[in-house]
Amino acid sequence: MGLLSKKDSKLITDPLADNNPITIQVLGICSALAITAQLKPSIVMAISVVFVLGVGNVVISLMRNIIPSKIRIIVQLVVVATLVIIVDQVLKAFAYSLSKELSVFIGLIITNCIIMGRFEAFALGNGPWKSFLDGIGNAAGYGLILIIVGFFRELLGSGTLFGFKVLGDSVEKTGLYAIGYENNGFMVLPPMALIVVGIIIWVQRSKNKELIEEN
Amino acid sequence: MGLKENLHKLKKKYEGKKMAPAFNALHTFLYLPNETTHSGSHVRAADDLKRTMNTVIVALVPCLLFGMFNAGYQHYAAIDETLRAAPLENFFTMDNFLMGCLTILPLVIVSYGVGLAVEFLFAVIKGHEVEEGYLVTGMLVPLIVPVDIPLWMLAVAVIFGVVIGKEVFGGTGMNILNPALTIRAFLFFAYPTWMSGDKVWVHGAVERSKEIAGGANLDAISGETILGSYAQNQEVMYSLQDMFFGFIPGSVGETSKLLIIIGALFLIFTKVGSWRIILSTLVGALVMGLIFNGVVDAGWIENTSKFYGLMSLPFWEHLLVGGLLFGAVYMATDPVTASQTNKGKWIYGFLIGFISIMIRVFNPAYPEGVFLAILLMNVFAPTIDHYVLQGNIKRRQKRLKVKTA
Repeated sequence: MGLLSKKDSKLITDPLADNNPITIQVLGICSALAITAQLKPSIVMAISVVFVLGVGNVVISLMRNIIPSKIRIIVQLVVVATLVIIVDQVLKAFAYSLSKELSVFIGLIITNCIIMGRFEAFALGNGPWKSFLDGIGNAAGYGLILIIVGFFRELLGSGTLFGFKVLGDSVEKTGLYAIGYENNGFMVLPPMALIVVGIIIWVQRSKNKELIEEN
Repeated sequence: MGLKENLHKLKKKYEGKKMAPAFNALHTFLYLPNETTHSGSHVRAADDLKRTMNTVIVALVPCLLFGMFNAGYQHYAAIDETLRAAPLENFFTMDNFLMGCLTILPLVIVSYGVGLAVEFLFAVIKGHEVEEGYLVTGMLVPLIVPVDIPLWMLAVAVIFGVVIGKEVFGGTGMNILNPALTIRAFLFFAYPTWMSGDKVWVHGAVERSKEIAGGANLDAISGETILGSYAQNQEVMYSLQDMFFGFIPGSVGETSKLLIIIGALFLIFTKVGSWRIILSTLVGALVMGLIFNGVVDAGWIENTSKFYGLMSLPFWEHLLVGGLLFGAVYMATDPVTASQTNKGKWIYGFLIGFISIMIRVFNPAYPEGVFLAILLMNVFAPTIDHYVLQGNIKRRQKRLKVKTA
């Protein structure tokens, strides 16, 4: 990549795999469980977090030298809250049904530990360009897991992808359903999201033994 | 040269190879291993893991055989109601047994085939010996599912149960949850239409209802379980005798209370099952039943309430319906997932019985609360043990202080 130096591109690629916010740092689990029953909300959530974290990181980074450290958490909260409300309003205006489906979870991006975590750990100590890349990278790492989980949960739980009946019609018994296949109702329930995330963590760690924690 | 020597020779040949664990499993299943311990003191005892597992399986075989007869009996009795007038004469017939073989043997084969395949796979990948843990689980699974469960669902559930319920924790002896119940819980939440309702407990009922929907002129088969009937405030058509001997619809192996009691006595006599857990589970269930009966007697609940049917059930009858007894004897006593301390076992069992009846009465969607109660207490078992141990330590420290003071 000519655009990014090696160090910069690592800021984006690291959180996608070896330092993934969900599977390695185990942050932002609540929303990963709540909205991944279908693929579409997972993707919308991923994009929203990419926007909030990317822009938020830049804003915090620009202000990092003028924020008094005693009130920095409040300043960070104001920044996140502003961005989240923008996302919420945009969704309400242009994708009302989706925003209904995601309900409080868009608002709850404010409490997503990944965002405050990156503000604290990165944006307060680095320049705007690096902070932007770090924000995009971490949010993308989060979104990637959301999309993987959403894919499996929608496919196995409802037999659809983006609402398309890829496995056939479960009521009229076409496609796979004609030979006795049935949707796995467990996949739609939140506990299964936890198990799917667990399996991803398992697969990742057995591929890269360095990631296994000592206990 | 006999088979035994051949196997010993083959073992030498495959030592250190990748497939060695799989081979060793078959080898020690047939014969004792040929190596002995050379150093240190050791205790000779015959009750190794395999013996323990086999004892439980022996205790389960009567339930399985009875389940086979019952599968046929329920099927034919649903078509011809007159058979129920004399269950004893019409129960142990060849027709019933053949029908049972056709429906239940596939369940047993799938359960063992898939489960052992997963165990072998993990043993080969992780390079340890195959553990015997699945022997009992594989036998329990077909006994706690409805007869007509599709085989592929059972296979998926077994893979899930063995991998997520057991292997991720480190295999046999390390699991937090009872694998057989994990499998049942998976089936229950994933495919609820196949695990509850009035169509799944009798072989052929689902197909029959489809044919009727397609316009065939047949009588519908209804095989509601007793618990299901009570939960819907319906009359129950089975006598207490039917319930005790097991001539009722239900999961494959849990219907005959008589055989479960015999199995329990066998397990207690061989000291494989803990009598403390079995007894305290039953006591817990009876106490909760008494509380509910008290509520009904005090007139705190209208007889139009949806809980009335099960709440007004005489407390001792709770032991005769549903899978409570089966769960108490074969599942709650699992030495790996139960509490280890004697005092802990009393608490653990009591709460299983107590919560089972509570779920049974208060949640009509889960007419059988036993498996959920056992899974819940499995999670709490280590906590119970911890506090029992701490209590013991504190008591002894106090004694020490009194002495030294």
